[in-house]
Amino acid sequence: MSPRPSALTVAAVLCVLPLTACTANAPAGGDASAPLAVTSSADDCTVDAAEAPSGPLSFSVSNDTDQVTEFYLLAEDGLRIVGEVENIGPGITRTLTVQARPGEYFTVCKPGMVGDGVGRKAFTVTDSGAEIQLTGDLEAQGEKAAAEYVAYVKDQVGQLVTATRSFADAYRAGDDDTARSLYAPSRAHYERIEPIAESFGDLDPKLDFREADVPEGDEWTGWHRIEKDLWPPAAAENGGAEYTPLSAADRARFADLLVADTQGLYDAVHDEAFEVPIDSISNGAVGLLDEVASGKITGEEEIWSHTDLWDFQANLEGARVAFDGVRPIVEQKDGELATRLDARFAALERQLSAYGSLESGFASYTDLSTAQVKELADGVNALAEPLSTLTAVLVG
Amino acid sequence: MRAGPEGERRGLSRRGLLGLAGAGVVGAGAGAGTDRAAMALASGATPASTVHPFYARHQSGIVTPAQDRLHFASFDVADITRAELVELLWDWSDAAARMTAGRSAGEYGPVDGPYDAPPEDTGEALDLPASSLTITIGFGPTLFTALDGRDRFGIAARRPDALVDLPAFPGDALVDTLVGGDLCIQACSDDPQVAVHAIRNLSRIAFGRAALRWSQLGFGRTSSTSRAQATPRNLFGFKDGTANVKAEDTGLVDDHVWVSPGDAASWMVGGSYLVARKIRMTIETWDRASLREQERVVGRTKGTGAPLSGGEESTAPDFSATGRGDAPLIDRDAHVRLAHPGANGGAMLLRRGYNFVDGNDDLGRLNAGMFFVCFQSDPRRQFIPIQQRLAENDAMNEYLRHVGSGIFAVPPGARKGSYVGATLFGD
Repeated sequence: MSPRPSALTVAAVLCVLPLTACTANAPAGGDASAPLAVTSSADDCTVDAAEAPSGPLSFSVSNDTDQVTEFYLLAEDGLRIVGEVENIGPGITRTLTVQARPGEYFTVCKPGMVGDGVGRKAFTVTDSGAEIQLTGDLEAQGEKAAAEYVAYVKDQVGQLVTATRSFADAYRAGDDDTARSLYAPSRAHYERIEPIAESFGDLDPKLDFREADVPEGDEWTGWHRIEKDLWPPAAAENGGAEYTPLSAADRARFADLLVADTQGLYDAVHDEAFEVPIDSISNGAVGLLDEVASGKITGEEEIWSHTDLWDFQANLEGARVAFDGVRPIVEQKDGELATRLDARFAALERQLSAYGSLESGFASYTDLSTAQVKELADGVNALAEPLSTLTAVLVG
Repeated sequence: MRAGPEGERRGLSRRGLLGLAGAGVVGAGAGAGTDRAAMALASGATPASTVHPFYARHQSGIVTPAQDRLHFASFDVADITRAELVELLWDWSDAAARMTAGRSAGEYGPVDGPYDAPPEDTGEALDLPASSLTITIGFGPTLFTALDGRDRFGIAARRPDALVDLPAFPGDALVDTLVGGDLCIQACSDDPQVAVHAIRNLSRIAFGRAALRWSQLGFGRTSSTSRAQATPRNLFGFKDGTANVKAEDTGLVDDHVWVSPGDAASWMVGGSYLVARKIRMTIETWDRASLREQERVVGRTKGTGAPLSGGEESTAPDFSATGRGDAPLIDRDAHVRLAHPGANGGAMLLRRGYNFVDGNDDLGRLNAGMFFVCFQSDPRRQFIPIQQRLAENDAMNEYLRHVGSGIFAVPPGARKGSYVGATLFGD
């Protein structure tokens, strides 16, 4: 749907879970404890204090070199990474936030991103009495969640391949009633894992572009091309032009392309190198809710078939699976967030179920009143807002 | 046409007022000369308020240091004759010259006209200084060739090649009621009431000859057009317009903003082309994006505005700089990379956009974004290819919807005793 790369493509894995932290916004007002200033220079890595109390701890790292630098907070053994911030361009300042436990650490900078780094210094975290949860076997849990999510993606794409073939067969054969009945249920498999599909930059445009997303001169293919042919618009909804149904030859071509591109997605997620880092799972969950907020809730995704609520349900299910996978980790790190997300997921699922289900079918988007759509939109915001903090909790 | 005092021609359309009032009644206050400038002085307001002269080689409101507020309006011209259209442009120019000088829209102003006539000026700017008001007038493609192909005003043959119809860009979500127009007026001021007053009175002057098609209020300029100005922030919270063409770069301005002597459309020499895009931001999803994602999309830091390749705000981005895993520090799809002149054959725009918030939509989402305005010497080489590239690849698209659009030829400025458009229609 969206012609744009999802949050997933951003992710380029940043942190080794769960001992590291990603950059967080520096406290603006100074209500939180002020960050410690770190200066990375060509041959040193100064920290403006060698000691800090346990609890939330921020380092504001300025790069005074002419190279890209990194900053690490290392454990007592000088090897294990407790927190890091990478890709700091010359002159740029970036903040690292960690939950620091009492103990002995090292700080070190790595200008040029190579070697052992420079300016390694001992750093002590004193016991402030702040309670910090033990990480336990969070790392193992993270790996488990990632493996389970990859399996889920493979399963959905497998089902998508089968469903797409049936749909394409019916459409190719001119059995439009069957094709129309298979359209939305087949797409559900795609919508559940949409951020993954979008992470393969070339596939999503071929499979899921809407007409308006297609650059001039490019051919419009995929689900929505066929959707328009199955639910042909009146001239008034087609920019004033009479819609010309596709010929049998064109039908066959678009059906074949859909099957082939879906197979391409299958091959991509079954590639040995395919993996989904933990932050991509959580970012993907947020991405799915964003898809709902920007495409489905507005009726823009399925502009001809009006089956937006099917997509909505599938997006929501995909987000729930992603969240459930990492939930054990979230529960240990931020139990309140886990509980709140449980409640908000349940509330939105309940809201949406008033309009149908994937099994029995959903109401057409056009049957909803503005007030009903707004209620759903409010529910999406209510869930998406706390969900958007998930990644920071997971990797922090 | 005769020029009146201060170069203003006695507006024929003012006949309506005089006729209505009748000779015997006019005395009520006519000629007392009460106007905004005088009132402002009398009420102790600062006389330091900046005045940008209306009569100049170029229209003001282009390289003028961007003011804080905007009221932009697009008009449909009614079924009138060429002479009546010229008359309208005269009337607009006269009123614009008065208002930009801090005076009222017509000579009798808001309170000095006949007691039984409606005030000539609507009055809400009565006690306000000029407030840097600029009024910039432009001609849309449909002024030259109507949608049905008619040449209503005998100027189809003089339509500049550069005044093309904008193509459809990928992802466009244009709303019919926010697109196009035969004429446009951009009113900018440091005081929103002064800008609104200008559009309100110019619309009123046009009744029967041209009618509002769509209009837009903007606040918080999103670009600086002068080095004397700090770079402001857009509603994404990022500094915007860091690499904008600045008025001080006269060479750049001559090359990229003004139509040069020798151009085939000779009447446009000293003019420019304005492209306006109303760009809705999906504020809610943007606000849920991590700082990492936001900076990746923009390609600059949110705090200082420095490019992610390093340095400070004014440092040139280094698009070849890489970080861990040899990944580019400035993402391949980052806005700053795709919008950069280097990615666009050196093409640059003078941007003059504003933030807008038009309340909220039916779903309780802020109807907010950027009203993007840019000026250039040839949109075929500047806005269109740049936007084509952005529309296809810009990571920011996930958070944007282009809902409104217009392109206008902005003729050169009027000299005293003339009007904007005289180079096209003749004196």
